[in-house]
Amino acid sequence: MIEFDQVAYSYGGGELLSELSLSLPPASFHFLTGPSGAGKTTLLKLCYGALLPTAGQVRLFDRDVTRIGRDGVALARRRIGVVHQDCQFLDHLSVAENVALPLTVAGEANAAMESDLSELLTWVGLTDRAHALPPELSGGERQRAALARAVIMSPDVILADEPTGNVDWDMSQRLLRLLIELNRMGKTVMIATHDLSLIRAAKAHVQARVLRISNRRLQLAGADL
Amino acid sequence: MRADISAAFSREAGADRVVPPSGFTVQLTLFSAAAMAFLAVFALALSLAAGRLADRWGDELARSATLRISAPAEEMPRQTARALEILSTTPGVAEARALSDSEQRGLLEPWFGPDLPLDQLPVPQLIEIAEGPERLDAAGLRLRLQAEVPGAVFDDHARWREPLLAAAGGLRWLGAAALLLIAGAMAAMVTLAANAALAANAQVIAVLRLVGATDAYIAGAFVRRFTLRALMGAAAGTGLGVLAVTLMPDTGDTGGVLTGLGFEGAGWLWPLAVPSLAALVALVATRAAARRVLEDLA
Repeated sequence: MIEFDQVAYSYGGGELLSELSLSLPPASFHFLTGPSGAGKTTLLKLCYGALLPTAGQVRLFDRDVTRIGRDGVALARRRIGVVHQDCQFLDHLSVAENVALPLTVAGEANAAMESDLSELLTWVGLTDRAHALPPELSGGERQRAALARAVIMSPDVILADEPTGNVDWDMSQRLLRLLIELNRMGKTVMIATHDLSLIRAAKAHVQARVLRISNRRLQLAGADL
Repeated sequence: MRADISAAFSREAGADRVVPPSGFTVQLTLFSAAAMAFLAVFALALSLAAGRLADRWGDELARSATLRISAPAEEMPRQTARALEILSTTPGVAEARALSDSEQRGLLEPWFGPDLPLDQLPVPQLIEIAEGPERLDAAGLRLRLQAEVPGAVFDDHARWREPLLAAAGGLRWLGAAALLLIAGAMAAMVTLAANAALAANAQVIAVLRLVGATDAYIAGAFVRRFTLRALMGAAAGTGLGVLAVTLMPDTGDTGGVLTGLGFEGAGWLWPLAVPSLAALVALVATRAAARRVLEDLA
């Protein structure tokens, strides 16, 4: 699905990530951890083509990300659901419209999809908030709306960047359960987090690979988790 | 909730909805399109009126000429009769007629008043000449008149017709140049507005890219928005412009280029094209701006 081969990323003259090799096979579950500023978000952005590697190769669905152009990246993103910590929404559209945005952009929004959207909003517990505007949502509601938007296209891969960063423990467990449920449905999931308790809680329910970024390099986390 | 979900899938929620509806660029685009369309209507009216005036002057003056005979009173009837004889046999002259005293008095009346004692003044005799389809040899006619009617001066109006026609033609081109400048100014304003809107909506663009929007989709959303605004503004400006031109005082045949502003016949189709052309200008300008900004944001 997503593969890194000796990837490096530099910015402002400094190398943030180097010699990264990584493969996200179908239906796998990954945690990406490391201290703040280690490069977790940068790595996720490389995963969905928001950043291009300065060395090495990133392949999205077997295609070199540097060779497919911006339109190719855009099409690849329709197969990758992304949940950001800051949950970017279009504030002038309702929650329902924001969740349906990937379908709208892909030209697949139609009346037949209404029931899917309805089910999705029920699944994330936002049925009653469908008419609300994003600024009216709580942190947890925003994260759930972002998750619903990330999965509405039934993507192959879901990337979540600190999805529980702005929510309380109960809500973080609820979001984690939703992500585990998606993984059981065959989706590849990668969660970037510095919250080790979240990783420990997840490992009780799912076989997850934990990767740690340390000194610009990626390594498999040890038994301390 | 169902209504909200339906709205999410309705055409309203389509590409055009992804661009926030508010912002100063809305008013800027609407106002500049309306103002430019208003000015374009006047430039069109000026250009068309100048064209009509040039045609009318050209037609009227090219078809007529005047013969002026200055001679002693006792010689005047003979020279007039001889001049008419010559004119009657001159190819290109359809009709030649000596103006009566009352007609001549009428011509002088605006300057000298109604009680002009014409019989006591050495007023020349005027002969009005209507030219026919055949070309009139003005040089040959002058030579004949010089030999047989020494007091006659033939005036084919060329001396003052040509500068008038040149002036009218210049006005016509001035109107066309004004239209081009207006289109350019509007393109510049729409480009500025589109640039500002795109820059102000960098976050919107980031979200759209996050969910898989291509550059063509994002640009299309902005292009449609600005094109529609330009069309609406230009339609309003055109309407007001046409109304203003229609309300201009009509002085009929005595009107010049300024008082004869307006549209006639097929000329009414020109202002109808202004909103479409404004929308086209906005479309091209916004597309170029969108490509540039999306490239920068990438």
